[in-house]
Amino acid sequence: MADFVRADSAGGGRALGRIVVYGLLILVALYYLMPLFVMLTTSIKTLEEIRAGNLIALPGTVTFEAWAKAWGSVCTGADCSGLKNNFWSSVSFVLPAVVISTLIGAFNGYVLTLWRFKGSDLLFTTMLVGCFIPFQVVLLPMAQTLGWLGLANTTSGLVFVHVVYGLAFTTLFFRNFYVSVPEEMVKAARIDGAGFFTIFWRIILPLSPPIIVVCVIWQFTQIWNDFLFGVVFSGGDRQPITVALNNLVNTSTGVKEYNVDMAAAIIAALPTLFVYIVAGKYFVRGLTAGSVKG
Amino acid sequence: MGRPGVTDMGSLSIRNVVKRYGNVTILKSIDLEVRDGEFVILVGPSGCGKSTLLNMIAGLDTVSEGEIAIGGRVVNNLPPKDRDIAMVFQSYALYPTMNVRDNILFGLRIRKSSPQQMEEALARVAKTLQMEHLLDRKPSQLSGGQRQRVAMGRALARDPALFLFDEPLSNLDAKLRVDMRTEIKLLHERVKTTIVYVTHDQIEAMTLGDRIVVMKEGEVRQVGTPQEVYDDPADLFVAGFIGSPSMNFIRCTVESRGGRLGVALHDGGGSFFMPAPPSIGGLGERVGQEVILGIRPEQITDKDPYAGANPHSIEQAARIEVVQPTGPDTLVLIHLNGTPVTCRVHPGANPKAGQSMGLTFDLSKLVFFDPSTEKRIR
Amino acid sequence: MNTAAPVPRRSALDAVEAALPKIVLGPTLLVSLVFVYGFIAWTAILSFTKSRLLPNYEFVGFYQYVTLFENERWWVALKNLCVFGGLFIFFCLATGLILAILLDQKIRAEGWLRSIYLYPMALSFIVTGTAWKWILNPGLGIERLVQQAGFPGFTFDWLVNPQMSVYTVVIAGVWQSSGFVMALFLAGLRGIDDSVIKAAQVDGASMPRIYWSIIIPTLRPVFFSAVMILAHIAIKSFDLVMALTGGGPGFSSDMPATFMYAFGFTRNQIGLGAASAMMMLMTVVAVIVPMMYAEVRRNRRG
Repeated sequence: MADFVRADSAGGGRALGRIVVYGLLILVALYYLMPLFVMLTTSIKTLEEIRAGNLIALPGTVTFEAWAKAWGSVCTGADCSGLKNNFWSSVSFVLPAVVISTLIGAFNGYVLTLWRFKGSDLLFTTMLVGCFIPFQVVLLPMAQTLGWLGLANTTSGLVFVHVVYGLAFTTLFFRNFYVSVPEEMVKAARIDGAGFFTIFWRIILPLSPPIIVVCVIWQFTQIWNDFLFGVVFSGGDRQPITVALNNLVNTSTGVKEYNVDMAAAIIAALPTLFVYIVAGKYFVRGLTAGSVKG
Repeated sequence: MGRPGVTDMGSLSIRNVVKRYGNVTILKSIDLEVRDGEFVILVGPSGCGKSTLLNMIAGLDTVSEGEIAIGGRVVNNLPPKDRDIAMVFQSYALYPTMNVRDNILFGLRIRKSSPQQMEEALARVAKTLQMEHLLDRKPSQLSGGQRQRVAMGRALARDPALFLFDEPLSNLDAKLRVDMRTEIKLLHERVKTTIVYVTHDQIEAMTLGDRIVVMKEGEVRQVGTPQEVYDDPADLFVAGFIGSPSMNFIRCTVESRGGRLGVALHDGGGSFFMPAPPSIGGLGERVGQEVILGIRPEQITDKDPYAGANPHSIEQAARIEVVQPTGPDTLVLIHLNGTPVTCRVHPGANPKAGQSMGLTFDLSKLVFFDPSTEKRIR
Repeated sequence: MNTAAPVPRRSALDAVEAALPKIVLGPTLLVSLVFVYGFIAWTAILSFTKSRLLPNYEFVGFYQYVTLFENERWWVALKNLCVFGGLFIFFCLATGLILAILLDQKIRAEGWLRSIYLYPMALSFIVTGTAWKWILNPGLGIERLVQQAGFPGFTFDWLVNPQMSVYTVVIAGVWQSSGFVMALFLAGLRGIDDSVIKAAQVDGASMPRIYWSIIIPTLRPVFFSAVMILAHIAIKSFDLVMALTGGGPGFSSDMPATFMYAFGFTRNQIGLGAASAMMMLMTVVAVIVPMMYAEVRRNRRG
């Protein structure tokens, strides 16, 4: 792409243009970073300093008490054991849900592109609708069904819900990836004597690390950050961390400890932020790939 | 798997094979016998059903009606792996995560061959295709021609009864295509395995095949050796499809002059009579009717020093419209009966556009077609 | 050759092998039919019953819908959705496009800047809401900051002001999602054929002119998918409102999603909750279907 600043009349105008562009971009970057900065500094201040100072002031005395309290002893509702249980609770349902939905999505994508049969395109469209619906429209029946299945307020229940409503996305990811795999490769392998599963494990899966990473990151971020299913389908200390954080922040009883709130928010954000930092490229690819769905 | 009778283990019979998708008939009753060791080309424009037929032979597509037998064994219900075939694809379809060695041996591994068998197969294939130095590379590190050779190596490794090639050279550039054509032909000379080869390129068909099967719209139009198909096309389509530059077709009316049957032609100015070979009896009943005359460009040349010796030729001058030198020949465009006609003359004749030139028409190979049925008039 | 060889029967194993693709796809199809289509139908049925604390399949026709549209809180939610949706989409598109164009000027630290603009997308809306709730805190947040900077009379109490609370959701929502729109536009810009721009330059067009008349119009499909996604986020927005304002003060910043949760789960009005969920579904359909239709038709023509 060309750049219009360069195309402008030469010399001073151009340099000035560059400065304006960089200035704007850096200003906006500061704006995006500001909430993270505020969260971090607030979480290591004392409550007195917070009350006396202002948002963007650097902490005078650094203390990690708020972090310790958020992790181990803060009260959310009646429970005063901090967010650690909720953190591990989130881990315990996010990981299986991500693995299962990715695996099934991979098989679905494989069938929908390389083993197409009459009506398979229609089936794909049918499944795709799952990407579009507002989940509110399935909450009430799902609550009842989980009750019947004995899965209400359980980790398995959350795994189940996240797998069921993640499949449309994971299928879409793998389907769009495998569309570019030549069908002739599968034909060649069939003539070589390989069957459905052999072709998948020996030929297709070795091709798939990029899309597996994209899909895992997408699912991990979506499920870890989920609040709706968590708040509706879980209870007690099995609640996901997002729900616990919300309870903590919106509790109106007692003294508001902003530093603890912020420490808790960062704890809730750390896993996905970590993934973003180490695999941002794949995260962005997932976002833009997911955008095909609209 | 037992192979009946050594002599026909690589034979292929296609009997009344029909392919339908819903209401659409892709292949209309195909019959074809391929002998063991024969190199047969299925050629035709895209959509003629040649690839579908190949996929059906491979077992990648189902047969709606009729039967397919390989080595005397009906294979309609056998999956591809049990048909004792190997296939080479247009996109090569190499397994991108495996190196050349693993690509070649994949089929043997799946079939649980012994390490010794695999070692032998690898050595044989690598030697046949001269690619010992490529074995540790990944497909992405190979050139187009090398990939093509690996794809053939993969097919060779299992030593099947029947090779299927699906437009294997279409993705190569023109120069490489010519080289690979030679290699494939040499390969066939060496291994003597039956090959069924699909292409849309009539030059490939002519140069490679023992026999050519020309297909159009799900039907076999003609089966024959390359020379038979070229010299004696069954219909207008085959005549136009085979040969480059293609045969000239001129609409004209059958006349009888001085006891000879022939057609009247004009080049805008004067008109002249072109007598037909006497062997074409079918023209007799068509005097006064319109037919299509087919004449290949090399049958219209500059004045031939031997012309006097050939009673089946006439000389006629015509106005040159366009001159296209190709090197060995120069193509000259004239108009006959309002139709552009390509002639192939010696570059030494030095034709010039706009000038008139004396041309020799070789009449011995003239062909005529019925304008409505497009069949040959014999 | 002509002796009729016996046609080998297809073995049972081969038959299973042939059916494997369908067998593998089966569970997902079943799940989709039951848990998407079936549950939508179930919710639709619930919305025609007088279910309250427990489902009760006594049909009452459109009673719940009538109740819904007589409910002032539902109207507030709808109005908020329009305000929030409109502003959220507009500001995300504007910010995203401007940032993408600026970033596309051969910027040196592009990778870094892009990562900074996009990281909010990795956060939960609950975290975003928590952070902005603190930043917008009327006593200690931005208000105090500006007052300390020399404007003692400055007030910024949108978070607790029923007139303004919905706008705080817009602020936080745009902060979270505009980087994503930037990424979409940037990908679109990178996909434009360079020769088109060179041709326009040869024709003597100025760069702003080229952007306005050539580049931005070719980004149409990106606008299309961005609007679809943003509208989708807006209609479903639940977490952000819950964390930031909890729908308050009162129910001044309620949205359909929070309304549905309140009535369906905390206020034991299952029938009404189901009716509001159906209305949300219909809103999504009403937004997405015409847009898809228009886009498909345009593509066919062009």
